[in-house]
Amino acid sequence: MDFLSPRANLALLAALIACVCIAPFVVYPIFLMKLLCFALLAAAVNLLVGYVGLLSFGHAMFYGSAGYITAHAVKVWGFDAVTGILAGIGVAAAIGLVSGLLAIRRQGIYFSMITLAFAQLVSFIALRMPFTGGEDGIQEVPRPSVLGLFSLHDTLAMYYFVAVLVGLAFFLIYRVVHSPFGQVLQAIRDNEPRAQSLGYRVLRYKLLVFVLSAALAGLAGSLKVLVFQLASLTDVHWATSGEALLICIVGGMQTLVGPALGAIVIVTMENYLASFAEWVLIIQGFVFVIVVMLFRKGIAGQFYAWVRNRRERRAQQAPASLGVAK
Amino acid sequence: MDTVFGIPTAALVGQLMVGLINGSFYALMSLGLSIIFGLLHVVNFAHGAQYMLGAFVAWALLQYLGLGYWWALLIAPVVVGCFGLVFERLFLRRLYALDHVYALLLTFGVALLMEGGFRLQFGVSGQPYPNPLSGGLDVGVTFLPMYRVWVILAALAMCLATWFFIEKTRLGGYLRAANENAPLMRTFGINVPRMLMLTYGLGVGLAGFSGVMAAPIYQVSPLMGSNLIIVVFAVVVIGGMGSIMGSIVTGFALGAIEGLTKLIYPDGAGVVIFVVMILVLAVRPHGLFGRAH
Repeated sequence: MDFLSPRANLALLAALIACVCIAPFVVYPIFLMKLLCFALLAAAVNLLVGYVGLLSFGHAMFYGSAGYITAHAVKVWGFDAVTGILAGIGVAAAIGLVSGLLAIRRQGIYFSMITLAFAQLVSFIALRMPFTGGEDGIQEVPRPSVLGLFSLHDTLAMYYFVAVLVGLAFFLIYRVVHSPFGQVLQAIRDNEPRAQSLGYRVLRYKLLVFVLSAALAGLAGSLKVLVFQLASLTDVHWATSGEALLICIVGGMQTLVGPALGAIVIVTMENYLASFAEWVLIIQGFVFVIVVMLFRKGIAGQFYAWVRNRRERRAQQAPASLGVAK
Repeated sequence: MDTVFGIPTAALVGQLMVGLINGSFYALMSLGLSIIFGLLHVVNFAHGAQYMLGAFVAWALLQYLGLGYWWALLIAPVVVGCFGLVFERLFLRRLYALDHVYALLLTFGVALLMEGGFRLQFGVSGQPYPNPLSGGLDVGVTFLPMYRVWVILAALAMCLATWFFIEKTRLGGYLRAANENAPLMRTFGINVPRMLMLTYGLGVGLAGFSGVMAAPIYQVSPLMGSNLIIVVFAVVVIGGMGSIMGSIVTGFALGAIEGLTKLIYPDGAGVVIFVVMILVLAVRPHGLFGRAH
């Protein structure tokens, strides 16, 4: 958060970490882990839509396929938690590379349609492949140990494992966005021809960030599978991609905290208001319409705009009062 | 002449027929999307839901008012089109000045709302709709159900009529001109916002028309729209949204390809359109009929 002093930022970060540590004693831990996974998935989508201007409608393909791979690796091949997650991330990144190579050639809404079509292809394959278990999915995925150090059977251990990994992933996104690489990405978002004329290989940058975003979505999917011990077709369904986007725009695109805030709002709403799939659709649709029509900046964006406005007003008042004093 | 390349002719003609039926819907739907995108620069994600709405209006007309298929074919597209007009006037219009992404997200939200609402009311299982044209044509090698022949011919006629309207009539010319240079059209005294509203209504009406035609073939179900729309998006990517004739040709051709795949390699039928999409993207990123901007 650029508008706060470094010390205030640090204090805020410490408070946030404390909240995440205490949360499982207050709120149901499984629900919290679901929240963290969706926040990470949304953050991966936001990295593309917020910072490069590429609206992906297909992140469920990375999220879901990484989940399937991790589930299979852990359950059938007896992988460790870390290697299982790495396998999931690797496959998600590979799918990201292949689909990215073709999708980034088109911009704007075409990009959205192409990613959506790719995701549909992946979900079709997931339905037909023998190891995914078709409609049943992969059930009763064990929770393996982490490098032989500690077991994830305990829900609390699982929670802290997920929290640390998601925290690291958010830190990675923060570093990427604030690096020279991130600056180039934002330049591409704001004016692609200009970035190109300055000598940046725009396609290469886009592909790299697309693969990174796919890997992060894959991490979210792998963690989700270990938490719920289930990999299913829901994870690769287009509705999951839509939900990730919804979380992004509710929280605020182009902000780092947006996906986390959006996840809290959306996942909580779905958890407590909607007991049936139909109601989930209706609520999601309703929120989409409201946010797009009225709050396009999202929660975080609206807050930042408010702070900025206030500061500008104060800055305008200050010189005026000085003039009176003279 | 019992076999062609080792495939029984009857099966070949049958699958080609099924493929062309699907192709009719691909063509009608991608045509509607193309018109809306070409003039409004909006990807109408609600197109599938509006198609579903058309089928449900036809079903409701029969169920509650006793009006049959032919009446539905007249009334339902108008009802769905009017829904589109109101939606454009109240919501979509406010987003034209913004990034196109917002219109896409708005129509996606509307699609979710409609699907959720209909599922709440009718469940996910389909409602049957009686076949208005029984009987069939015996063409020697196989027997063609009359209704399916009608769907293909009607879809073709509708597509050509729409093409004629956009490309050859005065009103269609205004629409294209409004797309090309809206401020200039306004100085000529043309009401451009109303043109855009009518365009959206026309595209949505086409979706409603497809829905009515689909009702006797597929069951009338809340899921029918979302199942179709993603395939149609792939069709649109393959054809490129540049030309109206392009989307018609691509729609029918891909339907036929899908039908033939079912015959040669049944497992591949579900994915063949996406595979074609990948191949086309690799060779011609802007689609078969698209132009680079």
